[in-house]
Amino acid sequence: MSATLTGTSPAREFAANFAQSKIAVAGFAVLCLILIVAVGAPLISPQNPYDLAQLDIMDSKLAPGESSVSGATYVLGTDDQGRDMFSAILYGLRISLGVGVMSTVAALAIGLAIGLISAYAGGWLDALIMRLVDLQLSFPSILIALVLLAVLGQGVDKIIVALITVQWAYYARTVRGNALVEKRKEYVDAAVCLAYSTPRVLFRHILPNCLPPLIVVATVQVAHAIALEATLSFLGLGMPITSPSLGLLISNGFTHLLSGKYWISFFPGIALLVTIVSINLVGDQLRDVLNPRLK
Amino acid sequence: MLAYIFRRLLQSLLVLFVMSLLVFLGVYAIGNPVDILINPQADQAEIERVKAALGLDQPVWVQYWTFLANALAGDLGKSFAANVPAIQLILQRMPATVELALTATVIAIVLGLPLGLWAGLKPDSVAAKTIMAGSILGFSLPTFWVGLMLIMVFSVQLGWLPSTGRGQTVEVLGLHLSILTWDGIRHILMPAFNLALFKLALLIRLTRAGAREAMLQDYVRFARAKGLTEERVVRVHVLKNILIPIVTVVGLEFGSVIAFAIITETIFAWPGMGKLLIDSINVLDRPVIVAYLLIIVFIFVVINLVVDVLYSVLDPRVRLAGARA
Repeated sequence: MSATLTGTSPAREFAANFAQSKIAVAGFAVLCLILIVAVGAPLISPQNPYDLAQLDIMDSKLAPGESSVSGATYVLGTDDQGRDMFSAILYGLRISLGVGVMSTVAALAIGLAIGLISAYAGGWLDALIMRLVDLQLSFPSILIALVLLAVLGQGVDKIIVALITVQWAYYARTVRGNALVEKRKEYVDAAVCLAYSTPRVLFRHILPNCLPPLIVVATVQVAHAIALEATLSFLGLGMPITSPSLGLLISNGFTHLLSGKYWISFFPGIALLVTIVSINLVGDQLRDVLNPRLK
Repeated sequence: MLAYIFRRLLQSLLVLFVMSLLVFLGVYAIGNPVDILINPQADQAEIERVKAALGLDQPVWVQYWTFLANALAGDLGKSFAANVPAIQLILQRMPATVELALTATVIAIVLGLPLGLWAGLKPDSVAAKTIMAGSILGFSLPTFWVGLMLIMVFSVQLGWLPSTGRGQTVEVLGLHLSILTWDGIRHILMPAFNLALFKLALLIRLTRAGAREAMLQDYVRFARAKGLTEERVVRVHVLKNILIPIVTVVGLEFGSVIAFAIITETIFAWPGMGKLLIDSINVLDRPVIVAYLLIIVFIFVVINLVVDVLYSVLDPRVRLAGARA
């Protein structure tokens, strides 16, 4: 999307098509902002919310905008430990986005490999893999993730494993469908005639041609992964207390919600919502732009 | 027709068998069954006794056979926490979950059909655009956070609705129901709406897409040419034709409503089997987790089977394609 290029390069055309929807551009801008504050959280946030030396229990449960005894103002209030909610949300965004992106990329890689192999091998292996995919997709992802975490226990690595497990099947099915179409095309015959090895044909020739639609799907899936992680953390089965994602912050505020201290749950929820909505807006527009049927 | 049902039944049994194998592998092979099935507070003599009783000293395939036989006989172990059979504990909680799920489904249909129809028939109106924006929000909003916000607004700020429990129940045919008392309705309203939200968004989109497609068909033009009123065209000709896919989706989604009730029940402290699952996970009451898992798999398989068979009754094309294969 470099604007310095002249003429109608594919990148320029793509950017122009994308910019046709103002709301998608707004979503993209918000998403960029979220990424910047998430990555730069240690530089931006007024306090390190997990450095106990910086917390003052006297400041606990202050309402948004209130000042502490020491003079610091908490824009979004503080939680029960006197932690600045604004800082906690920035750090929480980091964790939520990190887990969402990491698990989606890993699931995409695994799903791609399995889907390609399934399409290329055919026969009983293909049938077996696809039945497994069908079986898994017939159950809601929240249920599979819950059960896995109940067996595996808590931890960042375990929640990533759970998120990968619920996502791979979807990619495997999609890439298999695309690969079956590509497999019959002439360039694949040409590659086979050149006596290239099967892995080379699969990963160098077929894979690049199946990839663009999957990247779009993956964009939207990051939003799903973030929402799922937040839900699991809220239920107390996701992130450990040492890496508080947005879901865990919301869960932490739930106990104070009934006594009217809404801000501990409310603002992390807004951050989560804005993240998910902006990813969905960008993803929807990407799908429309890249979909050849709509051109 | 019979052959189709029979083959579908065999497939379902196969799925159940595979799932029981997966659950067995998860519990017996990956985890340590002694930790999972025996109360950690038991002493050594008790552990040895239960080990022998469960056949854990036997080879793996014998163990699977015992597990399967016990499960088929309805014996999935005793809850550590409550010390009653796990399956009994879950069956006690099931009516509350089913009541909540049914109420949510009804809410989704009653609101979703008219809204979707409106958005489909007048796609360029402001109302239609608002409805569609709302449905996007319904997909994006995390269910659990909406639940919290409902509590914040209606219980804490306004004080209109209670935030936890089922309220007063009435016993009908041995089942306790909340929906028949005023107090119960006040309790079920928020959780049911929370649970319905996602399905509502889905139904609006489905109905809208169906209505837009149906309006372009020849039979609609013909009905109009006959001079029928617009109301009759929509109610009889359009609605009837878009109802089949909607009925299918509502049916298929019922299982996922029951699964998603886990979240809603936890937020609103609704005493259903989803809350039981979370409580059991928190106290590591593993027999209950295993029992819940097998029961929900069973529910899913039955729902899929019923919807498939009903579909083949409604739509001859499915039946004929099935007979040829």
